[in-house]
Amino acid sequence: MTSTKFMGYRRENGTVGVRNRVVILPLDDLSNAAAEGVAKLIDGTIALPHPYGRLQFGEDLELFFRTLIGTGSNPNVAACIVIGIEPNWTNRVVEGIAKTGKPVAGFAIERYGDLKVIEMASRKAIEFVQYATELQKEECDISELVVSIKCGESDTTSGLASNPSIGNAVDRLVDLGATVLFGETSELTGGEHLVAARCATPEIREQFLQSFKSYNDFIISQGVDLCGSQPTEGNIAGGLTTIEEKALGNIQKIGKRALIQGVLQPAEAPKGKGLWYMETSSAGAEAITLFAAGGSVLHFFTTGQGNIVGNPIIPVIKISANPVTVSTMSEHIDVDLTGLLRREMDLDGAGTAILDMFLRTLNGRYTCAEALSHKEFILTKLYRSA
Amino acid sequence: MEKFFVHDKRDTVGVAVTDIMAGETVTGWVMEDNSIITVKALSDIKLGHKIALKDIDKGETIIKYGEPIGKTVSPIAKGEHVHVHNLKTARW
Repeated sequence: MTSTKFMGYRRENGTVGVRNRVVILPLDDLSNAAAEGVAKLIDGTIALPHPYGRLQFGEDLELFFRTLIGTGSNPNVAACIVIGIEPNWTNRVVEGIAKTGKPVAGFAIERYGDLKVIEMASRKAIEFVQYATELQKEECDISELVVSIKCGESDTTSGLASNPSIGNAVDRLVDLGATVLFGETSELTGGEHLVAARCATPEIREQFLQSFKSYNDFIISQGVDLCGSQPTEGNIAGGLTTIEEKALGNIQKIGKRALIQGVLQPAEAPKGKGLWYMETSSAGAEAITLFAAGGSVLHFFTTGQGNIVGNPIIPVIKISANPVTVSTMSEHIDVDLTGLLRREMDLDGAGTAILDMFLRTLNGRYTCAEALSHKEFILTKLYRSA
Repeated sequence: MEKFFVHDKRDTVGVAVTDIMAGETVTGWVMEDNSIITVKALSDIKLGHKIALKDIDKGETIIKYGEPIGKTVSPIAKGEHVHVHNLKTARW
């Protein structure tokens, strides 16, 4: 990597973003139509439709609010409009996002109807787009960034090559003062002792093991195991046989040096720099949505068999070392690490290739997932609604 | 060219980095200590799939990354394909 400086967007609260989105965020399933209506009318806006937000309760509802507020608060979002069926929950999300100091407004549909709300929200959206497009990029440093890591449709080439290459990049990013989020609770099974050994303090280790155990207890309470889901069919086709093998390959991504600074709830923002563990699903789009809600502005995604995931508000850099995947699905792969399998490249060289693409992406280059319009916004739901 | 890689010198399996044909004698690179080993493949082993580096009894633990990755459900001969037909998780 030639520099640690790039041109980014410094937001009102001092956080740094690498994209400049104006988001139209529906509070609930019923408000998707109005949110998408606004996004169709007003150039430069993006709607984030999703299926939830009605009759959720308890911890599941708290996670829902944390994810929506976190998404609107993400430094890649310049301004945000929230549209909900009822005013109270809509305002709760607006007030949460307003704490960042960025422009945010809310509209409730009851007593107005979709058409009036689309008109009012569109007038506000014009204002927000004009505000966002006038913002100037300024010089920022990598140490100001929160990024995240996760792999998907992994195979043995992930653990052999692309994941340890991410690990190499993560070690260097943490040394430079950046913040890195990782998760995938179920995919640590078989390597959890190695993750526990990397926790910075005995208290964090205890918290991590508790989080891991509570997920396993949940699976047992359902009277099932994860055979048939973990590893996935794609994993098995790629040569991965057991969850232990998959997990040991997965945790190569956290590198060799960085100590884990804390355990985060899903969608919770880290409280300091360095490497953080967030409790997440191992499903790509769900995990990236949670990392973005926790403040990640860019995601590194390694794949073996060819997962094609993207996200509407953060760029996802796709990395693979599988030569079949890179040649048959080239439009999805930003960083080709197949040279590692031919021994034409070493891990330092692969880490450098990833960081070079990172810097180009920070400066504005669209990732393959962005160019291909991959905008998976997938909320994690903990249990059924009332 | 090395046709399989081995993570750790304690490992009992290697990973094919290109397709391997049954009957081929192939060399592998042990990443931990940069040594080279040779195995005669008894099965076709596709890119990414595992090859046994020693004879392994039924019920034994397979080691990869220097860590256990599951138990065998049938005996495996050196050079054979190791996958879901002869190796299962020890967790579930």
